[in-house]
Amino acid sequence: MDRIIFGDNQFFAVNHISDEKSRAQSIKFKDDSAIIKTLDIARESGINTFMCTTHDRIANICDIIRNNPTKYQDFKIYPCMPYAHKYANAVTELGIPGTLKQYVPGNFLGSLFKGGVAYLSKDYISIMELLIDSEMKMFKGINTPVIFLQNVITDLLLGLGMNEFLVAYAKYVKQKYNAEPGFITMNLPKLLNVLENGGIENPIICASINKVNFRMSGGKELYEKVLSEGRCRVIAMQVLGGGAIPAGEALEYVSNLPNVESILFGASSRQNIENTVETINHHDSKKMDLKLNLSNF
Amino acid sequence: MVKVALIGAGKMGISHLSILGAHPNVEIVGVCDTSKMVVDVLERYSGYKCFSDYLKMVDESQPDAVFVAVPTKHHYPMVKQLLKRGIHVFTEKPFCLNPEESFELSQLAKQTGLVNQVGYHNKFVGTFKEVKKLVKEGFIGEITHFQGEAYGPVAVKKKSETWRSDPNEGGGCLMDYASHVIDLINDIIAPIESCKGSILKSIYSKNVDDSVYALVSIKSGVSGVISVNWSDETYRKMSTSITIIGTEGKIVSDANELKIYFKGDKFPKGYSKGWNVKYVTDLTDEVNFYLRGEEYSAQIDYFIKSVKGETKKDINTFDSAWKTDKTISLIKNQSTL
Ligand SMILES: NC(=O)c1ccc[n+]([C@@H]2O[C@H](COP(=O)([O-])OP(=O)(O)OC[C@H]3O[C@@H](n4cnc5c(N)ncnc54)[C@H](O)[C@@H]3O)[C@@H](O)[C@H]2O)c1
Repeated sequence: MDRIIFGDNQFFAVNHISDEKSRAQSIKFKDDSAIIKTLDIARESGINTFMCTTHDRIANICDIIRNNPTKYQDFKIYPCMPYAHKYANAVTELGIPGTLKQYVPGNFLGSLFKGGVAYLSKDYISIMELLIDSEMKMFKGINTPVIFLQNVITDLLLGLGMNEFLVAYAKYVKQKYNAEPGFITMNLPKLLNVLENGGIENPIICASINKVNFRMSGGKELYEKVLSEGRCRVIAMQVLGGGAIPAGEALEYVSNLPNVESILFGASSRQNIENTVETINHHDSKKMDLKLNLSNF
Repeated sequence: MVKVALIGAGKMGISHLSILGAHPNVEIVGVCDTSKMVVDVLERYSGYKCFSDYLKMVDESQPDAVFVAVPTKHHYPMVKQLLKRGIHVFTEKPFCLNPEESFELSQLAKQTGLVNQVGYHNKFVGTFKEVKKLVKEGFIGEITHFQGEAYGPVAVKKKSETWRSDPNEGGGCLMDYASHVIDLINDIIAPIESCKGSILKSIYSKNVDDSVYALVSIKSGVSGVISVNWSDETYRKMSTSITIIGTEGKIVSDANELKIYFKGDKFPKGYSKGWNVKYVTDLTDEVNFYLRGEEYSAQIDYFIKSVKGETKKDINTFDSAWKTDKTISLIKNQSTL
């Protein structure tokens, strides 16, 4: 995975600290062209991976990427599924069976419902697979080397002890999409144990990692210990701790953590994007220098 | 270990179940739901013992405490049965369909001494907790007026009917949505005890209100405005906010951001004269297991601690939820819908 990954929260008005900022972002990114413009700035700064939710509007962005193959030759997308609001709203409106009917493609479900619930009960894992396919449709023809399960789902399944689904997800993504499965979580230590027990070695995990213990369930010390053991490939997100830490300090902390393979961040302005990239590169090269010096001894 | 069972594994119940499942001091002894599919999945993949009849579940699995997360009309009969059997109860909000039922249950809970808590999770949100502290300690002086608002995209088009569109089941914007902000005001300022005028409007729904506008006041006469609309699609998810105006300052807060203005030189440590902004991230304690907001984990943790006798058992009691149901009924009766 690339060292720096660009996220999409800013495009969809997901701001964890301010409703006003969310609204400003909705206005700024109303048109797809504004999203593309920002992605292009990120690319110019050397970022080639975009990690994004399977939001309806990403389908439009995918069209643009597909239509400009030369420009986006080296560009990778890490899809994160599902876009949970879509399903939550549908369940409120249609109930669970209605939601499945709406989102599971093909006649599969139709025939299942005809057979009644008893029939349906046989194959929930296949239903999950069909839902993955339906989420992945928009990325056809695009390079998606890692495919993530969103934290709401990962952590819901984790709490419910439905480990089978987590393992089945990983298997299916590998087998059908020839991609690496990834998991987003706010509970890294707990998840890692469960994945390892399910036979998933060295999994890719994207988790909140920051200096102020923000959304690091189990605590920062435990996270640091798990990181030092090198048992998983980690993408650090929410490195600013929801805005609590100044960017420079925040990036210095994560850049120097052991076994953090990638850092995920999102920003809307050229200045913030460029600054973030430069700061991470700066700390990385300092670390390299240090390593070289040490090996000279 | 506290032995816990759950009734109603729908959207809210499944979230409770996941948080409970990860709680180090909880053993889940039973889950009850009338949906075969829900029961099927939970039995098969979580290994929980599942039931379709909650009384049967209670008799067989002998829980210390039960979480009730079924549609609101079932809260009253179920909670009553549970209390009668000596079981601690956490129930979802709004508490009951009318304040008479809520009153009866809150009395029953007091008599039995059992732990009783209602799922008004906003009381566990860092910003709102801080607002309460600032108000109670008198930092904005005497309150002169308040405003409680909530907006979100629940009913943004004409759609198929669910229990949320049936007034007899606890549906509607007032009961389902406005209840949150009313409960917050009742707790932070004082219970709303009169309603001078209210409008309950249907926008997309056939049988229930989609928005609520009300002019209210508390016992002392301090006035307030309630403005709630669940048919506002410019919000990605529910946004609840309160504004409190006092003689010494003013507070504007939602679940993310607390803005407070101090007129003079009397302000608490960490604040200054004029405008101050605090973010929920600065005001939130980490939880053991995070699913969808620290407050959801924190309220469950508080309940479990209460059962173990480790708290004052004074947050979101049936008594406080009864007061909220009373306010809801005042606003409803005043309107012409
Ligand atoms: N605190 C909050 O913010 C919040 C949010 C959503 C819902 N709620 C409250 O939670 C409660 C449930 O709401 P929801 O959105 O989860 O609804 P839902 O319709 O998604 O789930 C209700 C579940 O209860 C089951 N059920 C119905 N009758 C039953 C019975 N007699 N016995 C056993 N199970 C039964 C249904 O099969 C379903 O699975 C309501 O009181 C609602 O107001 C609170």
